[in-house]
Amino acid sequence: MDVYDSLALGFNVAFSLQNLAYCFAGVALGTLIGVLPGIGPLTTIGLLFPITFYLPPLPSLIMLAGIYYGAQYGGAITSILVNLPGETASAVTCLDGYPMTRQGRAGAALATAALASFFAGCVGTLLIALAGPPLGEWALAFGPAEYFSLMLMGLVGSAVLTQGDAAKGLAMVVLGLLIGVVGTDVNSGSVRYAFDVPELTDGIGFTVLAVGLFAVAEIVMNLENREPQGAFTGKLSQLMPTARDLKASFWPALRGTGIGAFFGILPGTGPALSSFAAYMIEKKLARDPARFGNGAIEGVAAPEAANNAAAQTSFIPTLTLGIPGTAVMTLMLAAMIMQGVTPGPQVMTEKPELFWGIVASMWIGNLMLLVLNLPLVGVWVRLLSVPYRWLFPAVVMFCCIGNYAVNNNPVDVYLCAFAGVLGYVLVKLECEPAPLLLGYVLGPLMEEYLRRAMLLSRGDPAVFFTRPISLVFMLATLLVLVLMVKGFRRSG
Amino acid sequence: MHLHRDVIAGTLFILIGWFALSAGRVYPIGSAMHMGPGYFPAVLGALLILLGAWIGLRAFRSDGWERIVWGWKPLAWITASMLLFGFLMPRFGLIPALAVMLPVAAAAGRDFRFKEVLLLTVVMCAFAGGVFVYALKLPYRLFTY
Repeated sequence: MDVYDSLALGFNVAFSLQNLAYCFAGVALGTLIGVLPGIGPLTTIGLLFPITFYLPPLPSLIMLAGIYYGAQYGGAITSILVNLPGETASAVTCLDGYPMTRQGRAGAALATAALASFFAGCVGTLLIALAGPPLGEWALAFGPAEYFSLMLMGLVGSAVLTQGDAAKGLAMVVLGLLIGVVGTDVNSGSVRYAFDVPELTDGIGFTVLAVGLFAVAEIVMNLENREPQGAFTGKLSQLMPTARDLKASFWPALRGTGIGAFFGILPGTGPALSSFAAYMIEKKLARDPARFGNGAIEGVAAPEAANNAAAQTSFIPTLTLGIPGTAVMTLMLAAMIMQGVTPGPQVMTEKPELFWGIVASMWIGNLMLLVLNLPLVGVWVRLLSVPYRWLFPAVVMFCCIGNYAVNNNPVDVYLCAFAGVLGYVLVKLECEPAPLLLGYVLGPLMEEYLRRAMLLSRGDPAVFFTRPISLVFMLATLLVLVLMVKGFRRSG
Repeated sequence: MHLHRDVIAGTLFILIGWFALSAGRVYPIGSAMHMGPGYFPAVLGALLILLGAWIGLRAFRSDGWERIVWGWKPLAWITASMLLFGFLMPRFGLIPALAVMLPVAAAAGRDFRFKEVLLLTVVMCAFAGGVFVYALKLPYRLFTY
C-alpha cells in the first residue's frame, strides 16, 4: 500500500459520521480547556480516560488526539487576549501576542495564530503519513534486545531533556518503573508489592496515577499561588489579517513548522521547547530584533506554528515505535494499550484503518479548529471570565467520579488522593512527574523485553551491544548520559 | 536551619528504593538467563538508592538553600474531599457524596463565598446526576438508604 492508498483509507474511515463527531467533540473540548485557566490537556485526557472504555479504539483515540492539539489552539487564544498562557507551550505567544492586543490588533494576531497552526498541522500530518511507514517497516525487524535498548533510550532521553534536573528525571523514571512493577507478574504469576490489598493485584491504575500526579497536584499548586484568572475587556474587531501581516508571517510560520516538527520527534521535548526555540530563531533572524516583545506578528506566527507541528509529529514515535516522547503521548499510548491495541510497528500493518484513521482525523481536526476558532472566538473569550474558584471544585469532582468509574471501587479514589499528595510533594521538590508516568507505562513492556532478550542470549548481556541496531540505541543512550554528567561538572 | 530541597528529594528516593528492596526480598531473583519476579525490582531499587544518594549529596556543593513554602492547607482540603467522596459514595450514593465533596474541596480556595459554593454544589450535583447516571448510564444510585 502506498501513501496515497493509505491516506485514502484513513480519510474513508475518519469521515464516518461517528468518527467526525468524536473528532469534533475532541477539538471543541480541547479548545475549551485550552482557554480555561488552570486546566490542561493532561488533566482532561486523564479524566476522559474512563469514558473511553465504553468506546471502540478508533473514536476514543481520535477524540483524545483532538483534545491534545485543540488545547494548543485554545492556549493561543488566552495568551494573545489576556496574557495568560493556558498551556506551557503557548507561553511564548504571550510575548508578542498580548502587545498586539493592546495595540488593537487582537483579531489579526488570533487569525495569524490560527492560520499558522493550521498550516503547521497540515505539514505535521503529512510528515506522519510519509515518515510512519518506513519507520514502521524498519522497526518490524526489531527483536526484544532492540526494543529494550530503544525504550531505554526513550526513557533516558525524556528524563534528561524534560525541563529541570536530569538526575531527578532519571530517579523519576526509575520510580515510575517501580510503580509499574506493582501487581501480578505475567511471567511467573506471582503478585508483587500488593501487600494483600486485593485491588493492587491488578496493579495501580493508569487513571489513578495520571489524574493524581497531574490534575490533583496541579490544582493544589494553582490554589497555593495566585489563582489563575483573566478577563478580556477590549473589543474584537477585524478578524482578518492584512496582506502585509500574511506576508510577514509566511516564512516565520514555515521555519516554525520545521523547528516544531524536529523537536516533536525527540523524546521529552515536545511543543513547549519548540515554540521557545522558534521564537528565539525568529528574533535572531529579524532585521530589527527590537520589534520583538512589542507586537511583532512573526513572534506569534513562528511559535504557534512550531508548537502545533510538534504536537503532530510527537505522534510519529508513539504510533510507529510505541515509544511516547511526552506525558500526553504516554496517555495516548496507555489508551491504546487499554483498548487492547499493542502499540508498535505492527499497528500499521495489522490495523491500518486505526493508524491512518488517526492520521487523517488529525488533518480534519485541524480544519475544524480553523473553522471553530475564527468565527467562534467571541464565545471562547466570554469563557475566560469564569473564575477559578468555580472551576477547581468541579475538576476535583471529575477526578473523583472518573477514578470511581474505572472499577466502581472507592480504593481507586483513595489511591488517586494519595498520588495527588505524592505529585504535589514531588513538584515542590522540583521533580517533574512526566518521566515517572513514562516509566510507569513502559515498565512492564521493558521488563518483558529484557527477560526475553536475556533468555535468547542465554544470560549474556552483550546481546545489547552486538546487534547493530541495538548498539546504535545503546550508544545514543550513553552519549546522552555522558553529556548530562559533563553538564553537571560545568554547572556544579 | 532548613533542608535543601534536593536533600529531601534524595532522602525520599533512597527510602523508596530501600523499601522496594526490603519488601521485594521475598520474590525470587532467578538468574540473568531465567529472571525471576524479583530481578527487575531489585535492580530498580538499587538504582533508585544510587540516584537518591547522588541527588542528595550534590546539594551540599550548591548554595540554593532556600526555604520551601508548603501549601499544606489546600492540599489537605483537596485530599480530604477526595477521601470523603470515596467513603460516602458506596454508602450513601452519588448526591450525598458530591454534596460533601464539593464544599470541602471549595474550602481549599482562597476566598470561600458561602452562597456561591451552595449554588455550585447544587448545579454540579444536578449535572453529575444527569450526565453520569441518566445520560451515560453508569451503574450508580443517586441516593442509597
